[in-house]
Amino acid sequence: MANPLLSIENLRTYFYTDAGVARAVDGVTFDISAGETVGLVGESGCGKSVTALSILRLISSPGRIEPGSRMLFEGRDLMALSDSDMRKVRGNRIAMVFQEPMTALNPVFTVGDQIAEVARIHERASKKAAWKRAVEMLELVGIPAPEERAGEYPHQLSGGMRQRVVIAMALVMKPALVIADEPTTALDVTIQAQILDLLKDLQQRFGTSILLITHDMGVVAETCSRVIVMYGGEVVEQAPVDRIFANPHHPYTEGLLGAMPKMGDDRDRLQTIPGTVPPPTNWPTGCRFSDRCRYSWERTERAHPPLFEIEPGHLSRCFLAEEPQRRLTPHEPLVAKS
Amino acid sequence: MRRLVAVRLLHAVVVLLVVATVAFLLIKLAPGDPFSYESTSLTAEVRAQLRAQAGYDRPLLEQYGRFLGNAVRGDLGYSQLLRVPVTKAIASRLPNTLLLMSLALSLSFAFGMLLGVFGVRHRDARAGRVTDRATLFVYSLPDFWLALMLLLLFAYWVPVLPAGGMVDPVMHPYMGPAEALWDRLKHLILPLTTLTLLLTAYIVRYQRAALLEALPADYVRTARAKGVSEGAVIGRHAFRNALLPMITLAGLAFPLLLGGAVFVEKVFSWPGMGMLVLTAISVRDYPLIMAAVMVAAAMVTLGNLLADIAYAWADPRIRTR
Amino acid sequence: MTSARARFGRLDAGTRVALVVLVVIYLAAFLAPVIAPYGPTEQLDIVGLKNQAPSFAHPFGTDRFSRDLLSRVLYGTLVSLSVATLAVLVSAVVGTLYGLVAATAGGVVDVVLMRALDALLSIPRVLLLIAILALWDPVPLWMLVVLLGITGWFEVARLVRAEALAAREREYVAAARSLGATGVRIMFRHLLPNVLAPVIVTTALNVGNVIVLEAGLSFVGIGAREPAASLGTMFQDGTEAFAGTWWGALFPGGVIVTIVLCFNVVGDALRSSLDPRQLGAARLGTHTAHLRVASATAE
Repeated sequence: MANPLLSIENLRTYFYTDAGVARAVDGVTFDISAGETVGLVGESGCGKSVTALSILRLISSPGRIEPGSRMLFEGRDLMALSDSDMRKVRGNRIAMVFQEPMTALNPVFTVGDQIAEVARIHERASKKAAWKRAVEMLELVGIPAPEERAGEYPHQLSGGMRQRVVIAMALVMKPALVIADEPTTALDVTIQAQILDLLKDLQQRFGTSILLITHDMGVVAETCSRVIVMYGGEVVEQAPVDRIFANPHHPYTEGLLGAMPKMGDDRDRLQTIPGTVPPPTNWPTGCRFSDRCRYSWERTERAHPPLFEIEPGHLSRCFLAEEPQRRLTPHEPLVAKS
Repeated sequence: MRRLVAVRLLHAVVVLLVVATVAFLLIKLAPGDPFSYESTSLTAEVRAQLRAQAGYDRPLLEQYGRFLGNAVRGDLGYSQLLRVPVTKAIASRLPNTLLLMSLALSLSFAFGMLLGVFGVRHRDARAGRVTDRATLFVYSLPDFWLALMLLLLFAYWVPVLPAGGMVDPVMHPYMGPAEALWDRLKHLILPLTTLTLLLTAYIVRYQRAALLEALPADYVRTARAKGVSEGAVIGRHAFRNALLPMITLAGLAFPLLLGGAVFVEKVFSWPGMGMLVLTAISVRDYPLIMAAVMVAAAMVTLGNLLADIAYAWADPRIRTR
Repeated sequence: MTSARARFGRLDAGTRVALVVLVVIYLAAFLAPVIAPYGPTEQLDIVGLKNQAPSFAHPFGTDRFSRDLLSRVLYGTLVSLSVATLAVLVSAVVGTLYGLVAATAGGVVDVVLMRALDALLSIPRVLLLIAILALWDPVPLWMLVVLLGITGWFEVARLVRAEALAAREREYVAAARSLGATGVRIMFRHLLPNVLAPVIVTTALNVGNVIVLEAGLSFVGIGAREPAASLGTMFQDGTEAFAGTWWGALFPGGVIVTIVLCFNVVGDALRSSLDPRQLGAARLGTHTAHLRVASATAE
């Protein structure tokens, strides 16, 4: 695509623990364009949160982003930035919304203060001016009586309101990219919808790109234009959202979609993907999903599949791209047999 | 919040009651009594008379009631050692101890918290490790040992400071105001330094622990994601949360200081409560010793009460209920 | 299961040194009757050997009663270490029991026990000990141990109660209870093991404190006395005429400081390896949690 906003190339983030080297993110490559909403999907343990933290270089010991990773943003490689330059990017050009609003907010400062802090740091705004901005932002994210609310503490607000505060904090400087890490998972279903609407609305207003991290395909269907599926620290499928739902290629994606409850479904039980993610200290040599896959064969056990282009703009890391006939012979996944 | 204060006050009263009871029981359980010391003027009859006067032949419960009643009214007995009512004896010495303690407390907290933040900010660098080691070393020094070393160092080997007391015993009454102040300061330096060094080390360790405890929190990660500098992350975000356990520590510092004061006062001949108690030991001045214990407990309780209230105020989660 | 040697190797240099030093000192102390060249109260040559500076014959010098200081320090270390170690064990046992009972019983019993604890904690330990020791002066050594022990269990009790309460919340206790386990059984079989780790850490750190405390008491004359003089007693002796005979105070004092320093270093290492979050937090945390409960219930 022409001049993406963010271009991640071969991102590898490893954690050096007593139990071994955990290759949490193991060679991830993708782009995000201006104004796009991209969904990053996968189970817990697949590396999506670590990817997000890596973009902002918030990885600390014992983890580190391996040399050779490139993250081009607005023409600069984030890996090459000094600490102070990187700080100027955080909260300013790229902002992050975290999963747990209660713990993400500092309990001893007012919400107004925490939002104003962003303006004070990046705009060098005076206390008064920053506070005004904070109140404006609170209003923008739909919080009633913003002047009063600004003087309150996180524990005095409901979960949904706290998440709005977190979003307000992220948008103060009108960043080019917002990374939202499971922004609705900790919330009530009804509030979820509100927050997602808010995000969509704000995105349209400011033309922000959003990288939405989630494990919920339903959320993806609602909000994203493109989807990246991660498994085992890698990208296993990437496509525009309608293609993913109409023509999922990777068996893992199939599994994720199958696990979604659908209206008019007359199954008694939701389909789950048997087995669990292998430990990142010990990725299998072949295809990382092979154990849990219904179509696996000896090639997938032995060889590690590269990304194949299934159709324009649709990538899949699966040998089924070369041997589609294997789909006709599904079996019990190896992991279920043992 | 008001409810909380009331509850804590009630709690404090209960604590004081228990302490008084313990003191009373100790006196009763100890061998002998205040009237069993040797003296030519004390015949058996006089002793018996004194005992009766003090109510020692009455049933235990009545004695207890009398004891408490007296205590509440401020009558803590008579000191044989100093020949004055105990309350008066303590009142004359307590301010000196309080002076040392309050100065030590303020200085220690100021230095201790700053040094603690510094140590955490630079914990991966040499400066941080040096701070940590030095703190551990000072923390391990016995109070009487440090007091003695400082005394020897600065009063004998390099005699720049006085060897003890609060003021110059001979010259002070004749000094002009500025000179008198300087005299007081000179005498204050060594005992104050001893207490401050030890308490600072204690505080630095706690501050460091409190900060390190706060650092892995999610809100710290949020702050970093907002672009907050590492200095502000530690010095503002983590610190403000770490302040809460530090307030609790202030409450815990009282017993530490009082204990330390005993030995430090002895080494520097500082005329405070600790010195008083030690002198009282040799003559078994029971009322004085027990009263000192109760006063100390009262101070500690008061300190804790204030700390609790300060904590409740400082933690928005409790303050805004 | 990593071998002891492997674990030892993983500790940092300072901790290793401290551990070795402690072992050496403990051994030297307990072997004092065997390795000390003279007895602790043996007056060798009343006139000739008075106040001798350290020499080959008497590496730590002699004191004003012509006693060999090296031997005295060895025996003194034995006294100090025995007193402190035993006292700390007493505190550990009493405190653990108290805390477990409070946590298991819960309700009114818990509240009463904790209030009593608060009261006891408000008397500075030094003053309490001074008061008791003054009243029962002179105090035999075993009683000194007991007194030190029973004035030092308060923190342990608080800590144990906090840990036990946390452990109690975990499922397996509820499971045990549902299977009919009684309070006592729960207390010992389920809660105790969880509580042991922090107790051990605190206890190790406390040895240093008690040594200093006992030394201080002996320093002011109400602790250990001859013929069972502790390092503190000797230190006091040595400071009487410090200017001229510096060795009298240096060696006993130096040993005290060394022991305490090593215990603190080891204690720190123990603490960070067993539970990094435990550093003081549980101690302070119990107090603050107490406050929050108080405020929450004061509605």
